[in-house]
Amino acid sequence: MANTNMEIENNQDKIVLKMENIHKRFGHLEVLEGIDLTVKHGEVISIIGPSGSGKSTLLRCATFLESIDKGEIVYLDKKAVTTSNSGKVIYSPKAEMKEIKQYFGLVFQQFNLFPHWSVLQNVMDAPLKVLKRDKKEVEAEARVLLERMGLADKADSYPCNLSGGQQQRVAIARALAMKPEILFFDEPTSALDPELTIEVLKIIRKLAEEKMTMVIVTHEMSFARAVSNRVIFMDGGFIVEQGDPEQVFGNPSRDRTKQFLKSYSEQA
Amino acid sequence: MTFPTMLMTMASGMLRTILLFILTLLGSIPFGMLVVACKKSKFKPLAWLTEIYIAIMRGTPLMLQLLVWYFGPAYLFGWKVGKFSIFGLEYRFIALLIGFVLNYAAYFAEIYRSGIDSMPVGQYEAAEILGYSKPQTFFGIILPQVVKRVLPAVTNEVITLVKDTSLASILTYEEVFSLAKQISASQTSFLPFVVAGVFYFIANYVVAWIMKALEKSMQYYK
Repeated sequence: MANTNMEIENNQDKIVLKMENIHKRFGHLEVLEGIDLTVKHGEVISIIGPSGSGKSTLLRCATFLESIDKGEIVYLDKKAVTTSNSGKVIYSPKAEMKEIKQYFGLVFQQFNLFPHWSVLQNVMDAPLKVLKRDKKEVEAEARVLLERMGLADKADSYPCNLSGGQQQRVAIARALAMKPEILFFDEPTSALDPELTIEVLKIIRKLAEEKMTMVIVTHEMSFARAVSNRVIFMDGGFIVEQGDPEQVFGNPSRDRTKQFLKSYSEQA
Repeated sequence: MTFPTMLMTMASGMLRTILLFILTLLGSIPFGMLVVACKKSKFKPLAWLTEIYIAIMRGTPLMLQLLVWYFGPAYLFGWKVGKFSIFGLEYRFIALLIGFVLNYAAYFAEIYRSGIDSMPVGQYEAAEILGYSKPQTFFGIILPQVVKRVLPAVTNEVITLVKDTSLASILTYEEVFSLAKQISASQTSFLPFVVAGVFYFIANYVVAWIMKALEKSMQYYK
């Protein structure tokens, strides 16, 4: 019993992702100017901020879709990227990167499902082909996942026959099928109308209750406030402010944060 | 010459037309993939060379290219190609195949390239995040979708090929158009050309039907 408690405690302190001093430039444009981000097991972090603030780029750097120009990225205890004293950015060898890439999943704004495959194939294919797992097991898990997404009856449908909200839930199931340690969401509801947005947010909220570690870039302020353990406000490539959602939304300490949040309340 | 005799003679020519057509497709459709792979190669000299090849193939008449493949070796190197043969095929036919396959592969390569370039980057990114290797991504995710995208353009090209086989008459390969010319001259009749026209039309009707069925088989997704 004591042992299990210890394990839970250890788990909660487990650092899943550590990004340090991340810099990213596109040509002369500095998109990220020294971002630090640490994510602990079970944490739900929302990243908010205006367009062009670098929040999506931060996710793309964390998932290696973009290379960084400086900094360090560590998943669990595995170093993915380091920067030498001379300023050279060093990515870990291919085999190690392959292993590290299995720690995370990413849900895209545009879903990016594979249109030529059925819903079930979309969820099953990567565990089969990439992880080389047993087909029966994978299929059973995939069906459970679709059930949890409220899509049990859509297993044989094709993405083009689903609504945007359904497609995004398939995309979430596809990411979860790889059993990631951490799941990133890049504006998961920005392509959806309000009704469909709600059904996707419900799923994310459910995952949060199940202690899934998540980093969510979003424009849904009330959702971010309700669901996250921590909110990060970014602007101009910097983290302007971060903390408890009640504090950031209820009593922001920086003028820039106040100004940004005010534009949202005016909109409503 | 009676009409049935003429019809039979021209039907045998049509068989040669179809033979050239099928062998050209069998060669150029896969070779076009190799060409597009070379064009997209990171090894720049190879990419440039491929670009030049495509420019020449598309920029000069196929008829001229056929003449070059047939007479070139003799004029340029003094080779006696008349006696040359592979697997019992005379050089005339080999020159035709080289000419048609290289020419059509260039066009197919450009069609494939446009298909590959039209794929949304999100497909590659989703595959990358899920951990697929590059070959897995290309053959499992990208290629099947590219095939669907390029099929209408490929259909156009295949139909053009049916008609372009008539260019083989320049090397006096006895396909249907070549025979129509000969019979028309000897019989002073226009009828052989009408018959040839009907043959081409029927062939293309069949091609269009097959391609449509293929397109239909991929309509289950958008």
